[in-house]
Amino acid sequence: MTHDPLKHSPLEEAHRACGARMVEFGGWLMPVQYTGILDEHRAVRSATGIFDISHMGEVLVSGSGAEGWLEGLLTNRVGKLAVGRGQYTLMLNEAGGVIDDLILYRTGEQEYFLVINAACRDRDLEWMRGSLPSDGSVLLNDLGDDYAAIALQGPGSESILKGLYPGLEAPRRNAITALLGEDGRPVSLVARTGYTGEDGFELFVPVARGKALWDALLAAGVKPCGLGARDTLRLEMGYPLNGSDLSADRTPLEAGLEKFVALDDPLKPGFIGREALLAQRSSGFPSRLVPLRLDVQGPPLRPHYPVYSGGEAVGETSSGALSPSLGEGIALAYLPQSLGVPGTRLEIGVRSSRYPATVVTLPFYRKP
Amino acid sequence: MNVPTDLRYAKTHEWIRIDGETATVGITDHAQAELTDIVYAEPPKVGSLVRAGATAAVVESVKAASDIYSPLSGTVTEVNGELASNPALLNTDPFGQGWIYRMTISSPAEADTLLSPEAYSAQIAG
Repeated sequence: MTHDPLKHSPLEEAHRACGARMVEFGGWLMPVQYTGILDEHRAVRSATGIFDISHMGEVLVSGSGAEGWLEGLLTNRVGKLAVGRGQYTLMLNEAGGVIDDLILYRTGEQEYFLVINAACRDRDLEWMRGSLPSDGSVLLNDLGDDYAAIALQGPGSESILKGLYPGLEAPRRNAITALLGEDGRPVSLVARTGYTGEDGFELFVPVARGKALWDALLAAGVKPCGLGARDTLRLEMGYPLNGSDLSADRTPLEAGLEKFVALDDPLKPGFIGREALLAQRSSGFPSRLVPLRLDVQGPPLRPHYPVYSGGEAVGETSSGALSPSLGEGIALAYLPQSLGVPGTRLEIGVRSSRYPATVVTLPFYRKP
Repeated sequence: MNVPTDLRYAKTHEWIRIDGETATVGITDHAQAELTDIVYAEPPKVGSLVRAGATAAVVESVKAASDIYSPLSGTVTEVNGELASNPALLNTDPFGQGWIYRMTISSPAEADTLLSPEAYSAQIAG
């Protein structure tokens, strides 16, 4: 046997039993689809689907210095989080570029639970450890290999969850709650968050319990969904994907994520990247992540397709798809600031043809 | 997997129905199953020259774009216009209503390099 460089989900066997097609993603072998991306996409928009998100990393940060240290590390204001609440936030380098985007939950007075991207786990941890205070006031625990994680998404999610945990009071949107074991100690976490634009929950359970939870959700009639549908669902909402729409070369201001960056909050102390963002804001930023929609029935859009304005190449798509809900090509592209105005007419190149497209506003898809 | 016995096949999963000097081309049942939900097809232009083993068309699933190689060389005489509004015909009826283009054959001898139904069946079984 040769060395297997890929990491494996604790749910891999369950995926194969469901007929999954497996692909490499962020260093992990993960299901891209089971019955078909369109089918899975529609199940999440109209009913419920489950996604294995065990490849994502979990980090527990605790201690008397945790809040202050996280304020300096992340762009959103940590101090406004009540216990049990979560927020979308970003971790930047000194130049204001995105290292990772993540969800930060406050799970205790001095305890925070971070969910980070699969491909960034090692890099994020290295970055975080590099700035830990030496006085021991902040403890950082990598729990990435301790949890199996499943996202239950779709309008029927709450009733499915309640069927599974009859005594549970479901957390509110963006909140997190612990599931207690028989001894009364927290063993699992359930958060009302997701990456699809639908109501739903993300469940973090000990690895040994992952398959039983997956099977119980299947038995409750939930459709298994892969990374393919996860990508079309998130893109219809305009949620960025790190590595495609976010990178160390782009700031969250360019990505249109300013509402998650507490640049002007008097209660937010400085954070890594803040000076660069302030400088960029005053000098004007070179590009902006712009949502585009094809004007005609055309091919699916994909990353790295050229974008033209008046015949001139002005940028390229960072994400793209044929939106299953809209039946039209949608994409995100970094373009000069002046071309980001909704209604601006552009063209997208696909192979040897160019197709007319219009700048729109997010989300691409709104629930009827 | 369906492999009709009246067709010839390319290693790259296209089928060709040869009828004298003309032929019809499509993708196999195996190919459509591998590609899954086909949402877009870009056939060649009528009148264009296609070359054996070179890209003649593109079909796209939600996840990926795939080149379709012409099994033989010749000139495109007709394309399946139905695919523009209903690309899923490539999934539901790959050997029938999901055909992609018709051509006149310029080098009939190239047909010797095509696979028989038995040889293609063996290839996809392996």
